[in-house]
Amino acid sequence: MRFMLIVKATKDSEAGLPPKPELFEAMMRYNQELAKAGVLIAADGLHPSSGAIRISYPEPGGKPTIIDGPFSEAKELIAGYTLIEVRSREEAIEWAMRMPDPHGFGEGQIELRQVYEGSELTDNPEMIADHSALMAELQRRTQS
Amino acid sequence: MTDSTARRTIDTIWRMESSKIIAGLTRMVRDLDLAEDLAQDALVIALRKWPETGIPDNPGAWLMVTAKRRAIDMIRRNKIRDKKVEELGRGSDLFVEDESSDEENGEIGDDLLRLIFMTCHPILSREARIALTLRLLGGLSTDEIAHAFFVSEPTIAQRIVRAKRTLREARADFEVPTGSELKKRLETVLEVIYLLFNEGYAATSGSNWLRPLLCQEALRLGRILAEVAPAEPEVHGLVALMELQSSRFKTRVTASGEPILLKDQNRAQWDHLLIRRGLAALERAQSLGRPLGPYALQASISACHSVARSAEETDWVKIAALYEALSRVMPSSVVELNRAVAIAMAFGPEFGLQLVELLEEEAALKNYHLLPSVKGDLLEKLGRNEEARDAFRFAASLTKNEQEQQLLLRRAAECESTRKGGRA
Repeated sequence: MRFMLIVKATKDSEAGLPPKPELFEAMMRYNQELAKAGVLIAADGLHPSSGAIRISYPEPGGKPTIIDGPFSEAKELIAGYTLIEVRSREEAIEWAMRMPDPHGFGEGQIELRQVYEGSELTDNPEMIADHSALMAELQRRTQS
Repeated sequence: MTDSTARRTIDTIWRMESSKIIAGLTRMVRDLDLAEDLAQDALVIALRKWPETGIPDNPGAWLMVTAKRRAIDMIRRNKIRDKKVEELGRGSDLFVEDESSDEENGEIGDDLLRLIFMTCHPILSREARIALTLRLLGGLSTDEIAHAFFVSEPTIAQRIVRAKRTLREARADFEVPTGSELKKRLETVLEVIYLLFNEGYAATSGSNWLRPLLCQEALRLGRILAEVAPAEPEVHGLVALMELQSSRFKTRVTASGEPILLKDQNRAQWDHLLIRRGLAALERAQSLGRPLGPYALQASISACHSVARSAEETDWVKIAALYEALSRVMPSSVVELNRAVAIAMAFGPEFGLQLVELLEEEAALKNYHLLPSVKGDLLEKLGRNEEARDAFRFAASLTKNEQEQQLLLRRAAECESTRKGGRA
């Protein structure tokens, strides 16, 4: 099962400041440990939200509104993620607990979320079949 | 913390840390059995203490230190009893070792690598190697291993005990071999991991969750091996092959368990994250600049399928060339048959058919149903329906798999009807 460790943004990450060398090293060591245990799938950091856009749909069925970054609510934003593949939820929690405090200053926050597997979204065979048909159709369209 | 949550957490930590601890201890005491016992002792102490004291910040290091202290105690006790052991103890790095520095200096990685080489030792039988690897590197219980292989728990336990005894009696080195010996031993290590993967992969979906577990465990072991032995192209080749094959895991059988051929699989449902990882591992293999071995070549073939949007858009010319290269490093009639299929796809069925007809002379393929099945397919494409029908019927008579048999008979019947239809 796959889990995503979501590192929340802080003032520093939003300001585009690079992490301190000690922290960077601690993160590298942590990622190496994940890799040596065969559980690391992906790990990336995100640019600050000043370069981001947000697309929202205020009206049901209406046109989207586009807002340019930066966004003010730093705590709600994401600064990076690590994707791991583990044998149990307990193992995911154990790895998440071992991740270094991402930013310090009392602002560090990590969220651990399980990733859906295709078959988990629904067990309705009709919906699975519909979904497969849609995916196949999409593929045909990208080909032509 | 309640006892049951503590127990579950400790269990998880054990699975994550046990292989490293056993590897480190084996280096100290040079005995797999003793190392596992000492590690288990440390676990028992943790089970008693942690529910009261809470789980330490670095539980892996705690377990390792505790186990090593017990090892030192044991050796000291023996020292009093036996002068010879004293000499042995002094000769080892036991008393000068800084227990906390293991993680920094990379010794853990080296120990793990040594442990992998040991559990996959060629003096052990295939079954023993698999059981011992799952037990000591995967942290699986004998009960879980028994379930995964549909054998009784005592059988697995026996197998593991005997394997450890064999290694002890043969005085198997806890070392990574060098030179040509390394190449030979690495082959067995890779073989064990791939066998494990195929045990899980060949099984049909659903009924038994432990079979997919074998696949995941093999892939995890492969990924670990790639991290601790990064300079070996075949290690990355095998990882690439397993990542790419795993990416099709969910699309290769129907809901009722019938196999779906690669060309008919829903490519939109392939796991693209695993495909990217597979391609990256293959690149690592290629970047080492040595001739590609059988795993990297098979991964290259698999990669051609992974990047193609459909069976028709696949680079069959490249696949045919890769099979040619594969037949040189790993000569086999089955590889030749696959090459014939690729050539037929790349250059036309008549060229493939010529090769298939040559292969009919091969003794190894006499009873291999895929040979007449491929032949039937090519004959049908050439419009020689009567011969195609006979080939499909012959293929159906050779296979013992009922679902495959039905498929082949259906295709034979289709040839029959087109033939009749053609005459009318």
